[in-house]
Parts: sequence; structure tokens; C-alpha cells
Amino acid sequence: MKKYLLAVLVDNKPGVLTHVSGLISRRAFNIESISAGYTEEPDVTRINIVVSVESKNELDQVVTQLGKLIDVIKIVNLSEVESIERELVMIKVRADKSNRAELIDIVNIFRASIVDVSQENVVIELTGQQSKIDGIIEVLSEYEIIEIARTGAIALSRGPVPVKRM
Amino acid sequence: MNGAQAVLESLKKEGVDVVFGYPGGAVLTLYDAVYKMKFPHVLTRHEQGAIHAADGYARATGKVGVVFATSGPGATNLITGIATACTDSVPLVCITGQVANPYIGKDSFQEADIFGITTPITKHNYLVKDVKELPHVLKEAFFIARTGRKGPVVIDVAKDVFDAKIDYKYPETVTLRGYSGVYDGHEEEIAAAVEAVRKAERPLIFAGGGIISSDTADEVQKLAQKLGVPVTSTLLGLGSVPADTEGFLGFAGMHGSYASNMAIQKCDLLLCIGMRFSDRVTGRVDGFAPKAKIVHFELDRAEINKNVTADLQVLGDLRWTLPRFNEQLAAVGESFAEKFKGWKDEVLKMHKEHPFSFVEQGDVIKPGALIRKVSELSDKDTIAVTDVGQHQMWAAQFFDVFKPRHFLTSGGQGTMGYGLPAAMGAKIGAPQSKVVLFTGDGSIMMNCQEFATIADNNIDVKVVIVHNCILGMVGQWQRLFYNHHYSQSELKGKTDFVKLAEAMGLKGYRLTKKEELDTVLPQIMAEEGPALIDVLIPEEEDVLPMVPGGKRLDQMVLGGSK
Ligand SMILES: Cc1ncc(C[n+]2csc(CCOP(=O)(O)OP(=O)(O)O)c2C)c(N)n1
Repeated sequence: MKKYLLAVLVDNKPGVLTHVSGLISRRAFNIESISAGYTEEPDVTRINIVVSVESKNELDQVVTQLGKLIDVIKIVNLSEVESIERELVMIKVRADKSNRAELIDIVNIFRASIVDVSQENVVIELTGQQSKIDGIIEVLSEYEIIEIARTGAIALSRGPVPVKRM
Repeated sequence: MNGAQAVLESLKKEGVDVVFGYPGGAVLTLYDAVYKMKFPHVLTRHEQGAIHAADGYARATGKVGVVFATSGPGATNLITGIATACTDSVPLVCITGQVANPYIGKDSFQEADIFGITTPITKHNYLVKDVKELPHVLKEAFFIARTGRKGPVVIDVAKDVFDAKIDYKYPETVTLRGYSGVYDGHEEEIAAAVEAVRKAERPLIFAGGGIISSDTADEVQKLAQKLGVPVTSTLLGLGSVPADTEGFLGFAGMHGSYASNMAIQKCDLLLCIGMRFSDRVTGRVDGFAPKAKIVHFELDRAEINKNVTADLQVLGDLRWTLPRFNEQLAAVGESFAEKFKGWKDEVLKMHKEHPFSFVEQGDVIKPGALIRKVSELSDKDTIAVTDVGQHQMWAAQFFDVFKPRHFLTSGGQGTMGYGLPAAMGAKIGAPQSKVVLFTGDGSIMMNCQEFATIADNNIDVKVVIVHNCILGMVGQWQRLFYNHHYSQSELKGKTDFVKLAEAMGLKGYRLTKKEELDTVLPQIMAEEGPALIDVLIPEEEDVLPMVPGGKRLDQMVLGGSK
């Protein structure tokens, strides 16, 4: 299985997410993560999809089947061009006086930050590549992780050319 | 003008000459507009009847079929027909009522999420909550339904939108950023296909339903003529070359002809045109056409390499690619027909040795004999419609189809109950053609309420029930693979189809003996007006030949069909 990050530009219309997610489920594609947000153009939404596929052929099917949707404007495989990939995670860890200092060390090493503290827990935030996020989660698993929220990856290509002109 | 009138004005602008439908609370304003504007409308007896009728109309004419249904159960009754049209790429626009805006999302009376439900089975769909959107949504819907790979579009309209006032202006053009509807091809792909033909020794043309829906049958016939190679087709491709074309082998696949399937396995070049490699046509995929270079002429890029890997793709609208392919082939200046003659003769010999056939048996009516007889009694302009089951396969085997849009069948979904309403829609769309339906005693019951529509509107359809007192195709599989356990497939009931016809207002006949095919049937077929013909055939008849599930095309079971 190989992972690819696709940037999908769609018309910002009601129902468009239903169309995209419906297609993914009925074609039985393997989606790792999906996130959507507004773009520099108000009538365009960008959906970032990480798919894991067995072969190039399967990837081709994901792209061409998605491409059939009427409200899909453009699909670019950002794994094929040089690009910067990021994911945001927030992790709530059980913490008291005895281990808070250790946790702060870990946070510093990963260049993460603590965004909330209470008597019993801290909330750690980190942006980075998926491997880095997997890394901090592994280290923190020695403590008691109460809750994790991840956004899934998004990416932008390097250089001045936007996806819509690719 | 209100929203409802705007809908009808838009339909007029799109050239819609008839709508099939069924009223209800959410579309009362729409139906009031139908009344006031005297818009041509066929009231079916069930929404499923309406949508299959629109489908039959669309397949027979090439125009977009249009359906109205009310919200909730009215709209959900369309689902089977929408899926049927979607799998077979049939252009439809379905206008369904939705509860009024303030009631949406409240589990209101007759509320169902038709947008959500139809998303996976439409080419595109809309929920219209604001009357201002109506004109451009209608314009887009027709454009999407009838361009590119055709398909059904659903427009779900909130009830208050039909009542709302609108300053109506119909857009001249459509602007969709992600969809142009134009599919021009690439010269170099055509050149590569031409090169493949030049190198080939045993080419075969495989004609699919895309040829019918793009109206390019004449280009395919030219191609077949030019190359002088054998031609096979998919079920939906029947009619792309006339049945009496020299070199035509009938359809291929699970119940296709021996020669078609063997030629696919033996050829070294397979020119696949407008087809999607359904599992019913390929048999076991990894043993499909093992010696062939596969060239896939296809409009929908997502079809290429989906089920079968193509060696060459010729992407684009067949109306663009086929004429250029023919031109480039002509420019080569080789005498292809001469070069391929040996191969063609070899295949034709196989076809002659193993044609579609049946064994006569006393004075019972054999299904093959029945369908062949109806075929003989039909002219070349007759439209044959089928339901689903053994009779469908026998019809595909024994009815001679001479023109595109003259064999209508639910290929992709295999929808029982499709036949009667589709035949009715076909006759409405093509009144100059005779229309005959082949159906089964199982299938006919699934939408038999439409006999009433046929009788009330005097729609001249001849309904031939191939009556075997069993869900025949199910029975065949139970006989072959489940030890003759006819679990829930026997139909030895008290229903009298002749009386059913009479009760609904049309003529009914029953045939039980072979000689009646010569004595009575010709008279019935020649009469004006709709009729039901209940034809009793033996129960234990298999459709043969057959490629058992999971087997290769050359592992056909021929049976006694010599
Ligand atoms: C709506 C629907 N339900 C079930 C099936 C499964 N099915 C396929 S063929 C068949 C039997 C059809 O029987 P009949 O219409 O009598 O035709 P025959 O095979 O006897 O010619 C059935 C039940 C189907 N294709 N469609």
C-alpha cells in the first residue's frame, strides 16, 4: 500500500461533500484522511484527500472516478510534485506535577506547544509531517493519552504555481 | 410566473414533448401548471412505471426522458429506474417534489432525503431551495444528462419553490467549471490504433452500447466493411450492426454465441468500442482475450483499465474518434478485407457450426422457436424490448435486430419489471415502429399495473409472456448449481394472464401448441392495438450456451443446443 495526497478543487456548492464522500464509499476506495476548507477564491473549496492504494492503476481509478463528478474542477496528485505536507494534531495527556516537566521536555524536542493546562492534564498541539506526528504520539503513549484529534494531511506545492494552474 | 410554470417553460425550451409521472402533495402546483398549459403528460400507475417508460422513450429516441414524482414515497419509487438508467447510461431528468423549505430536515410528512439517496445512482443531482436557481439548474440538468456519457439527473424541488414568483429568464449557455461535455480525442491515439490494425492478423470488432447512445452505428458499419473482420457485440450493443451483416456473430459473454466468445479468445487484436467490460461479458477477467492487443475506444476516461487493462486507449467521443479512425484507415491504402479473409472465414465457420439453436420437442413451444417466429413476423423497424431472465437471453439470441435503438433491455442492472413500461415509453417515442415486449411470468408481475396505462392510452405494444411457471433464470442456476432445489422460484399460481389483460382493458391470448405459432400468432401480431400473448413453454429449459460464473469465455457449456 502506498499513500498519495490529492488536492481536489470543487465548486463551493451545497451537496458537494456528499458527492465526493459518496463516490469514495461506493467505489470502495481506501481513504486515510479527508479535509476540506475555503480557498483564495470564494466559490471554490479545496478538499485534501490522502488515499492508500495497491497500484498506480488503482490511483488512476481514484482520480478518474473523482474527476467524473460534475462539481469537481481539478484534481492534482501532490505526491508527484515537490510539495510541503502538514497535519495538525491535538493530544490530551494525563499530567500532574510529577511528570509535567518531562512532558514539557518532549514538547520542546518536537517543537510542539502546550495550548492548555489543568490540574490533571495538558493539551499538546503539533503541526508537521505525518511521520513526526506519529513520532510524538508514540513517545507520549508512555503516558496516559486521554484523547487525540488529527486533521489529516494537507499540502501545498513548492514554487509559485497553484494547483488550479497545474 | 411561478416556479412550476418556469419548470414547464424550461422543458419546452429543451424540446421535451412528453412527461411521464404521477402526482402528489409536493407537486400539486407543478401539476396545476401541467393542467393550465396542457403539457403532454402520461399518467402511469406507479412511479416505477413512469421512470422505466421515460427510459424506454429515451433509449428508443435518443432524447432525454423526463419524469415527475412527488416527494417521499413518490420519489423513492423512482430509485430502481434511476439506477437502471445510470448503469446503462440513459439520459433522464427526474423532477421530484420535496417538502417545503421550513419543513426540510424535520422528518416531515412525506419527507425523504432524495438528494442523498440518489447521489450514488445519478450522473448528477440537485436540491433546489430557492426559485432563483430553477432556470440554471434545469438548463444544466439537460446539458449534463445528454452530453458526454449520458445519464440520469435528479432535481429535487422544495414545494414552496413551485409556488414562488420568479422573474423568468432561461439561460442560453451552461457554465460548469469542471464539466464541458466535450470529449475530443487525440490524433496520435488514433494513429496508434491504425498501426495496431496494420500489424494484426486476426482482428475482431467488439461493439458496445456506447455506439448506440452516440449514434455512431454507421461509422462502425463502415469500419466493419472496410476491415472485413468479424463483429461481435455486447448485449447493449445489439443493433449497432444489422443482424444480417456478413461477419456478425451475435452478442458475446455469459450467454453469447460460441463463435463470439471463441473469437475473443483467439483474436490478436480486439477493437472494443464504447463498452465497459462488464463481468457478464468478460467471464473470468484474467483469462479474457489472452492473445489480443486490446484497443479501447471510450469516452469515459474512468472506464479505461477499470476492469480490463487496455493495451491502447482511444479516448474521446465516438463521434469524433470513429470518423477519424475510418479516414486514417482509408488513407493507409491497404486491402484489409483481403488480408483478414482467412480469419473471418474461420470464425464464420465456427458460427455456422455452433449457431444459437434449440431442439424441437413434440408439439410444445420452444422459447427459441417462439422468439424466432416473432422475429420473422416483425419488420426491420420493429423495436424489441425485454424484461429480465431467460427470455431476455433468448430474445438477445433469436430476435434479429437491424437498427440501433431497436433492442431495449436492462443490461447493467438486470431490472425485472423494466420491460412493460419501457415498451410503452418506446412506442410513445417512436410511434411509427412496431413494439414487441418479451417478458417472463415473473417479470411481468413486477409492473403489470402498467397494462392499465397501455389500455387507457391505446399504446400499441404486443406483450409476449414466455410463460414457464418458474423464475426461469433463477431455476436454471438452482438446477445447475444447487441440486435442483427450486427454492422459492416456482410460480404455479392461479393468476390468469389473459384475464389480467382483459381486466385492465386490453386483449389477451394464450398459445400452448407449436402449430399455433404459424396459425394464430401471425394474426395477433398483425392486429392493431395492444395485446397480451401468454405463451406456455416447458418449465425445464436452459439458456445455452453458457459460460459458468468464474470461468473463461472458452470454457463455455454448449449443451444440446446444436
Ligand atoms: C428486480 C429484480 N429482482 C430479482 C432479480 C433476480 N432475477 C433475475 S432473473 C429472475 C427470474 C426471472 O423470471 P421470469 O421473469 O419469469 O423470466 P424467465 O427467466 O423465466 O424467462 C430473477 C428473480 C432481478 N433480476 N430483478
